[in-house]
Amino acid sequence: MLKLPTANKTMFIPFIVAGDPHPSVTVELALALQNAGASILELGVPYSDPLADGPIIQRAAQRALKHDMTLKKAIELVPLMRKRGVQIPIIIFTYYNPVLQLGEEYFFALAQKNNVDGVLIPDLPFEESGHIRQLSAQSGLSFISLVAPTSKKRIEKIASQAQGFLYCVSSLGVTGIRDKLPNELYEFLEEVKTHSSVPVVVGFGISRSEQVQALKEHCDGIVIGSALVQKIEQLADCLLQEKTRKDALIQFQQYAQSLVEPLKRE
Amino acid sequence: MRAVPDERGRFGDFGGKFVPETLMLPLEEIERELTKALADERFMNEYLQVLREYSGRPTALTFAKNLTETFNGAKIYFKREDLNHTGAHKINNAIGQALLAKRMGKKKIIAETGAGQHGVAAATVAARFGMECIVFMGEEDVKRQELNVFRMKLLGAEVVSVASGNKTLKDATNEAIRYWVQHCDDHYYMIGSVVGPHPYPLMVREFQKIIGEEAKRQFLEREGKLPDVVVACVGGGSNAIGMFYPFLEDDVVLVGVEAAGKGIDTSYHAATITKGTKGVIHGSLTYLLQDEHGQIVEPYSISAGLDYPGVGPEHAYLASTGRVQYESITDDEALAALQLTAQAEGIIPAIESAHALAKAFQIAKEQPKEAAVLVCLSGRGDKDVQTVMNYLQGGERVEVTNC
Repeated sequence: MLKLPTANKTMFIPFIVAGDPHPSVTVELALALQNAGASILELGVPYSDPLADGPIIQRAAQRALKHDMTLKKAIELVPLMRKRGVQIPIIIFTYYNPVLQLGEEYFFALAQKNNVDGVLIPDLPFEESGHIRQLSAQSGLSFISLVAPTSKKRIEKIASQAQGFLYCVSSLGVTGIRDKLPNELYEFLEEVKTHSSVPVVVGFGISRSEQVQALKEHCDGIVIGSALVQKIEQLADCLLQEKTRKDALIQFQQYAQSLVEPLKRE
Repeated sequence: MRAVPDERGRFGDFGGKFVPETLMLPLEEIERELTKALADERFMNEYLQVLREYSGRPTALTFAKNLTETFNGAKIYFKREDLNHTGAHKINNAIGQALLAKRMGKKKIIAETGAGQHGVAAATVAARFGMECIVFMGEEDVKRQELNVFRMKLLGAEVVSVASGNKTLKDATNEAIRYWVQHCDDHYYMIGSVVGPHPYPLMVREFQKIIGEEAKRQFLEREGKLPDVVVACVGGGSNAIGMFYPFLEDDVVLVGVEAAGKGIDTSYHAATITKGTKGVIHGSLTYLLQDEHGQIVEPYSISAGLDYPGVGPEHAYLASTGRVQYESITDDEALAALQLTAQAEGIIPAIESAHALAKAFQIAKEQPKEAAVLVCLSGRGDKDVQTVMNYLQGGERVEVTNC
């Protein structure tokens, strides 16, 4: 089960894609993110047809798939991260089909064995996730649920079963970088909070420190994915070469820190 | 209505709604409105009226006299969906969904297309009902189907060329769904086949079953009995479900024909039921072509309309119960059947439909003369003449031995 930090501050929850730009680099990136102040890591599993993702994460998935990254291999990166000093909780973010092919029972056994803390499946809505939630609970993992601006009456039902934290999708659309977040977002977050007994976090489109600043008082955590993945894409060549890797990792860490700077000033 | 799908949208194990949370409300809204519409006599009358006065239904039932003589076996009949407005069965569904969108007050239509037939049908009904239309089409297909792209634009639609993935139908569908996630507050997603999340497989079946209902009536009038075998091609499977559904309870052999491409033992085919495994694609649990890790594999067929790695969940169900037999036909066999039909009957079928024809000819040959085989000729081949020409000029003309 997800052990969340007890300190009363808004969490930074980064998302990266396992295997992008290379599996060994993923481990180092996770450590850099912990050093940048991450509270939880979302480790994305690359998928050929990621319906909820925009172009940045689609490209990352394609890069990772070239290194034959799979759901199983992504889970097996977790102990390597632990060995390297990553202590924060790790959530596996995967589409449903790879879980189905691995076998649902086997997936949870494997996740448990490798000390994964939670799982998030973006194309498995409440109505289809009953069995998985049960397996997840039995394996001691948190199954992370999502609510969207269109969830309306569904919020209460979804929130009542939420484990770990409740993930609010900031706006209509797929993952990506957005200049502007909708004005109704704050109202939406307040509504979700009235129904939720677990921390409420927000993601999708958040890519600038001003957005982090604006949101930090309205939620318990902020997920940043595409902005970090885009930075990894820009640094890919340097991250891949041993000579330049260290500098690139420092640059990456500094970039992550700059995005969540407002969270430090609490 | 039958017991499938159930209230969760499941056909046995198959179907369901595997979509991001954002789409659950729009899907619920469509389901609610669809249930009302299908039970509303005025809505159904309008649908039938548009089919009659705009699309030209009922489409003919044609006795293929010359081909029947050639094969010297069962009588061969064609259900002529190629005679529909825009040249294929796709318009039946597009009309039904456009009327539903209108009923829901939506004025913007999203569609995906492979070869362009559904895109053209969507652009057509959008023009007719005064709606905006945006069609997603893979970059590869945009190149291959230049003429259909122009047709859609001529009809006033916007065509978006999709550069993600392998740039074909699967990717166009992904992109259409992503666009819908972003614009679901005022756009209606008009899916083109019996695929996707519930209630789409149910809805498209309901708007395509007119094919089988008409064919059954026409065949009874003409022959005084039901056909022995009914054959239709299966990509996503909308013409096949439309054709089969009214025959499910009858003592009629139903045969779905998938694309074997260059052969089902090569990696170049689209024989999803024959070779695929259970998985989730475009929001539905069905059979699909995938690797052992659950990554979806790109299919292949000379026919863009059958070039899809999944299949409608109801077909997966009908395959699992054994009610429908699913077989496959190669590019070469389909092209041979296409040429034969053109020369013997003066009908150029779509390459998709030619897959069904090739299988029907194989079956007819083995059957006694009292028997009858009914084939769904789902579309006309005008869109394919360039492909056929390239194929023939490539020196790959095959002997007609398989027919």
